[in-house]
Amino acid sequence: MQVLAIESATNVAGLALVAEETVIAEATLNTGKTHSQRLMPMLARLLDEAELQLEELDGIVVSGGPGSFTGLRIGMATAKGLAYAVQKPLVTVSTLDSLALNCTGRTELICPILNARRNEVYSAVYRVSSEGELQMVMPYRALPPKELIAFLRQREEQVVFLGDGVPVFGDLLFNELKDRCELASPLDSLPRAAALGWLGIRKLKKGEIADLATAKPFYIRPSEAEVTWQQKNL
Amino acid sequence: MFAGVEEGMNKDTLILALETSCDETSAAVLSGKHRVLSNIIASQIPVHQKFGGVVPEIASRRHLEQIIPVVDTALAEAGVALQDLDAVAVTYGPGLVGALLVGVAQAKALAYALKKPLIGVHHLLGHIYANLLEHPDLKLPALCLVVSGGHTSLVHWQSHEQLSILGATRDDAAGEAFDKIARSLGLGYPGGPVIEKAARTGNREAIAFPRAWLEEGSLDFSFSGLKSAVLNYLHNAKQRGEEISVPDVSASFQEAVVEVLVEKTINAATAHGLETIALAGGVAANQRLREQLTATAESHGLKVIWPSLVYCTDNAAMIACAAYYRYQLGDFAGLDLNAVPYLPLDKALSS
Ligand SMILES: [Zn+2]
Repeated sequence: MQVLAIESATNVAGLALVAEETVIAEATLNTGKTHSQRLMPMLARLLDEAELQLEELDGIVVSGGPGSFTGLRIGMATAKGLAYAVQKPLVTVSTLDSLALNCTGRTELICPILNARRNEVYSAVYRVSSEGELQMVMPYRALPPKELIAFLRQREEQVVFLGDGVPVFGDLLFNELKDRCELASPLDSLPRAAALGWLGIRKLKKGEIADLATAKPFYIRPSEAEVTWQQKNL
Repeated sequence: MFAGVEEGMNKDTLILALETSCDETSAAVLSGKHRVLSNIIASQIPVHQKFGGVVPEIASRRHLEQIIPVVDTALAEAGVALQDLDAVAVTYGPGLVGALLVGVAQAKALAYALKKPLIGVHHLLGHIYANLLEHPDLKLPALCLVVSGGHTSLVHWQSHEQLSILGATRDDAAGEAFDKIARSLGLGYPGGPVIEKAARTGNREAIAFPRAWLEEGSLDFSFSGLKSAVLNYLHNAKQRGEEISVPDVSASFQEAVVEVLVEKTINAATAHGLETIALAGGVAANQRLREQLTATAESHGLKVIWPSLVYCTDNAAMIACAAYYRYQLGDFAGLDLNAVPYLPLDKALSS
């Protein structure tokens, strides 16, 4: 079994070809250039280099959010198009789950944070079970860093933060949580399409397939227009 | 590189086109240069109505949720399998960037997976080429008046390889003025059809709104003065506590827009010796504009054509039609094709 994984939820454009127990190929661009221009040429090159055809894959895995609305849509529109054209199953994997996988070697709580702007982060909190599986301690949320800190204060455990929210909120987290706080290295902070594919292939084996027609990213937040409208009309 | 161009001689070219530049998710399959096998349009108008206009983020979300069903229905209705296609075309600008990106990403993925050429189409070129769906034998050159929510331009349509802009709006587009006036009259969105409907029972001469002719011989337009005049009129009436007649305001406003559009279009056609005038864009659906332009053109010995209603609104069939001519010229896009929200019309044929 082998899948193509597409990660475009943040500034990082990532692609990977992943088999059940290994990574066949992986490409990551963290140049800040638009995914729209980079993703497809990169994908064509990666498949070429790996001497693989889309038809030989068992599924297409895509980062399901949360993250940049536009980035998520570019990834998902691409994944849907590919899956539709070669009639392969589409699998969505949480961007935060796949990010947390970068830190599974650790015993601390794992807390990926993505900069959600407007002074909030997209986050979730995990712990690694004795079997090495990710277990969720706090579900996916968009929340101010202060609320996340309050949640983590209640638990007297070490916590490691990773993700593109670290450069923005790292100082605040460190000042508030002091020696209970660790910041992952920039290497571990980068979303990896290989991690996405790794989780995706496991979902695929369990038959957790997205409906191609209706699949959409997990945005967490409604659009600002809807929020404003609700405030005015309630 | 692609065998399709030569094959086109004995087999009609099959093009799948996608259009997601604003609030319609559309996919169409075109056979040859004008046979529309399917043209599926999933409108989002009801979704945006409560906001009084298109909300870009909501539009982008809807496009992503509708794109596969729309493509799937277009292929099924056309009775065409993906593998039978010769090319995949997509609108890449101008429009709402988030909305465009959904179509562009989808089209690139389809083209790559199917190993078919990709064609990027300028949205307004699509509106212009909508005329060729029902008038495939139209002889170029012709004059085209492009009037929509975002554009008001007079285009010298020389050939499939060349077009030039003779005049354009210096401020608001005609359709934009319709939208703003409709909103201030409480008629809702989209403005064109609601104003036109209200105007039917109104008096076109009730209120003398200004016409901006600009300098002698200019083929440019300006609608901001007219827009302010209408808004001032409404404001003053309200201050004085006077009842306003929505039909009269609508009819008088519409007449002011139509009169300028017609006169400048005729001037452009005669100045450039063009015998056929083609109408394009959402406002080309306006009955009063069609009537007045036809009557005036006839008195000058000119002919006017326009696309059917369904091809005046945003639709993928018109994108497929424009793409057919790009295909014939081998004008293909790379996998790095990006969405371009502000894409000038004079760049439409230079890729
Ligand atoms: Zn349009």
